Amino acid sequence: MPVVIVDGQEIEIGADERLNCIEAARRAGKEIPHYCWHPGLSVVASCRMCLIETGSRDAATGKITMVPKLVPGCQTPVKDGTVIVTESQTVIDSRARVEEALLIDHPIDCPICDKAGECLLQDYHFEHGQAERRADLHPFTSRKRDVGPTVTLFVDRCIMCTRCVRFTREVSGTGELMVTSRGAKEEIDVFPGFPLDNKLAGNVVDLCPVGALGDKDFLYQQRVWFLKREANVCGGCSAGCSIHTEHNQDTVYRLKPRENPHTNKWWMCDDGRYGWHHLHDQSRVLAAGRRRDPGRNGHGAPADAFDAVEWADVTTRLRADLKAAGRLAVAVSPMLTVEEAWMLCAVARSIDPEAFLAVGHVPTVGADETFPGGFTIRAEKCPNRKGVEAVVALFDPASRSWGDLLAHVEAGNADAAWITGGYPGPWIDDATASPFANLACVVVQDLFDSPLTKHATWRLPAAGFAERAGTWVNVAHRAQSFGQAIKPPAGVWPEGRLFWNMLGRRGLYDPVAVRQQIAGSSAALAALAGEIPATGVDLRAGQLA
Amino acid sequence: MTPFKPVLLEAVGVPDGHSITSYKSRGGYAPLEKVLAEKQPVDVIEMVKSSGLRGRGGAGFSTGLKWTFLPKDHPGPIYLCVNADESEPGTFNNRILMEDDPHQVIEGIILSSYATRASTAYIYLRYEYPHSWHRLQAAIDEAYAAGYLGTNIRGTSFSLDIYLHRGAAAYICGEETGLIESLEGKRAWPRIKPPFPAIEGLFRKPTVVNNIETMACVAQIARRGVDWFKSIGVPADPANPRDPGSYGPKLYCLSGHVEKPGCYEAPLGITARQLIDEFGGGVWKGRKAKAVIPGGISMGLMTESELDTPLDFAGPGKVGCLGLGTAAVVVIDDQTSIVDFLHNSCRFFAHESCGQCTPCREGTSWSLRMLERIKAGKGRLKDLDLLLEIGQTMGMMPGSTICGLADGAAWPIKNAIKKFRGEFEDYIKRTNPSGWMVTDPVPALQIVGAH
Repeated sequence: MPVVIVDGQEIEIGADERLNCIEAARRAGKEIPHYCWHPGLSVVASCRMCLIETGSRDAATGKITMVPKLVPGCQTPVKDGTVIVTESQTVIDSRARVEEALLIDHPIDCPICDKAGECLLQDYHFEHGQAERRADLHPFTSRKRDVGPTVTLFVDRCIMCTRCVRFTREVSGTGELMVTSRGAKEEIDVFPGFPLDNKLAGNVVDLCPVGALGDKDFLYQQRVWFLKREANVCGGCSAGCSIHTEHNQDTVYRLKPRENPHTNKWWMCDDGRYGWHHLHDQSRVLAAGRRRDPGRNGHGAPADAFDAVEWADVTTRLRADLKAAGRLAVAVSPMLTVEEAWMLCAVARSIDPEAFLAVGHVPTVGADETFPGGFTIRAEKCPNRKGVEAVVALFDPASRSWGDLLAHVEAGNADAAWITGGYPGPWIDDATASPFANLACVVVQDLFDSPLTKHATWRLPAAGFAERAGTWVNVAHRAQSFGQAIKPPAGVWPEGRLFWNMLGRRGLYDPVAVRQQIAGSSAALAALAGEIPATGVDLRAGQLA
Repeated sequence: MTPFKPVLLEAVGVPDGHSITSYKSRGGYAPLEKVLAEKQPVDVIEMVKSSGLRGRGGAGFSTGLKWTFLPKDHPGPIYLCVNADESEPGTFNNRILMEDDPHQVIEGIILSSYATRASTAYIYLRYEYPHSWHRLQAAIDEAYAAGYLGTNIRGTSFSLDIYLHRGAAAYICGEETGLIESLEGKRAWPRIKPPFPAIEGLFRKPTVVNNIETMACVAQIARRGVDWFKSIGVPADPANPRDPGSYGPKLYCLSGHVEKPGCYEAPLGITARQLIDEFGGGVWKGRKAKAVIPGGISMGLMTESELDTPLDFAGPGKVGCLGLGTAAVVVIDDQTSIVDFLHNSCRFFAHESCGQCTPCREGTSWSLRMLERIKAGKGRLKDLDLLLEIGQTMGMMPGSTICGLADGAAWPIKNAIKKFRGEFEDYIKRTNPSGWMVTDPVPALQIVGAH
């Protein structure tokens, strides 16, 4: 195995790993500061923050020969015998000078900058900079301009790392951003009439190491040090991008991509990034209700048509209503987690052992969209079709779809239906919903009212993606488990909690216990046993052999 | 010293010397025909290598050696880029060659392309040379008409097209990878190396970048032979294993405070004093030289006492200059303020820094701001230390930048402060009697743009 010597410490790297000095030093626990380098972008070696001293150790004699000048760590690959020195006085001085140079024209307006608190310029200056300013003092301007519908550029804060420019050229392939002018006068800009407007545009804000690129959606909403983050999975499409939900006091402020080599690498799309606003929509279904008029047709506003029911009563009365109605059909929404779906199926079969189980409506928009950098936005706008299909198949190998369920109801083969939703937007029209009018009992469990609500006997709230806990399986069979980021609004039980209680289980809903029970009962989902790493597991792992 | 008969400049003053007829009457293109008929590309490389020709663009790298870095059995295409983006202040020898003897350059390009197996050559021409543009294009057209360019030149399997590309007036395009980026239609930000252009250059293909004067030298080596070329110049210093010697004639651009400024051809190794006195007619108005720039502003400064330094590839380095550079010798007389000189130099580099690497981008602009303030009578002695620190830490040699142009920006600062510190201190104390000793940061001046 090749050995790299980082500040005197020998570390082994993989025989065919291609690491640069920054990555190799990180293995040894040494952080080499850097601005322009990003693992997902090409190397330009222009910020010069990662300058280090390197050398090589002769394998035969053990003699170390150093390169007589500083080299950029990002650009320098390591091989067997590479010597990296990150803490010599030359390196320390060089870092201090780069920090000083970057601050000559920087406005240092941290108190009014959104990036303050998560800014590399701040962090590195604290760690590597010098306390004294030696350059002349001059009044700073604070120019800003829109570069696109979602992004504002604070021109003077920019340190010209060009990460954003490279992103639009290499990953989104749209190339809107560019560098104009020359020398200390250069700026990031867009060509007039061609704004930064693509579905990955928000990533440039994440990439910006300083406060130059601001996300209009988040700008001035919250100080970043108040935010708490929960490792989560985006529910916007079946790609299953790993994200961090950043929230404070049960309010989501932004979503950030979380690095996952198996799904989204470092990126996420704007549909997902801004796809959390529905969580705090005032028109959400916020209480469990049972229809006052048993006839159900022709009814006014939900508030008038439904009597509120205490959750403790819901578990028993719902079961009684469905049992009384007769033959049950259940739509298991692909927005549910694997655990919730499994419990729903179990509840349904406990009410009606012959219950008709189908995967709920799978919303689809357009076709899969792949960007030049390899990032794909999926047409399937639900996070867990694969997982729900696997779960439903455990109970009913017929693997029925939402269309099958509609036909089943239309044919008069069902007396009751339980439709789980959780969709962030409109998903069903009047015509599709009309067959449900004839059923004795219809349970609609969704985030928002829909044409189905008209026919609902029970109107139950659903949880949003950040309010759930459990496991989702993406389009590539990767299962990722996540915890609840924020509590749902008052009066809302997440589906898992309701199902848990309807199954008569004791204590609080425990998704891990459910997951392990599923894994134990199914070969297809066996990979879900045990701890799920942050980047998820491939459900097909171990099945290929 | 016996008068040196110009070779590269032999067409200067010849009526209609830029035409193909005149060039052929002087023996031009015959060597090319001979080479095409009798020699293999490797022979040409060997010829240039054994002549000891070193690149005339500034770095002085062995031309033949550079050609051998090309991959041996590459399927092609291989490109030859000819650097005519002559933007180093004080330099105009390429211009003379392109305007007065363009066919000499073109013959050199054809020979070099033959040697490197390039079938496409680009001439990257400085924007500010419209006359060169017309002369060169006319000469290329003549060469096509005469069958020296195009497909199957002179009945051989060798084909070559030359494209004349006009730049957009940026100093950085003279850096070889900046030039390549610019030719590709991108912002001329120099590339990180490796890979070097010989492996992956223009359009990601093996590429050689050579200077116009180097091309003219190749033509003359083919015409007059290796022995003639080696008979001129300075042999290698046996005490310095890294000095391969400086052979051949060189075009010196003499300007500044001399009686007769101009482009003069002399053997490599002539001293600055000889050049000024014998060719330039001495420092103007009977004055003495205070300082001399040996090879373009980025090479730094020589003092009067250093004028006996030979202007070969190794000479200027021995007195603390960066090198011979483009051999643009600029004389500064003793009535000129070195503060003004440095201010002008910093203004140029602050304007021309491409802005890619932090140390150069911010260092050049910071040093300009300090000199603006010093010139406005608000200088401090501390500024000299800061300037010196910038000069010593900015560049490819300390490793803080990608390309060598930052070294070029640093050298005048470093040389001026080190060699003329007394004058700077006097200036600062005289113009800022109350504040020269301040060490705390001072308010900046409202700065006026370079242009």
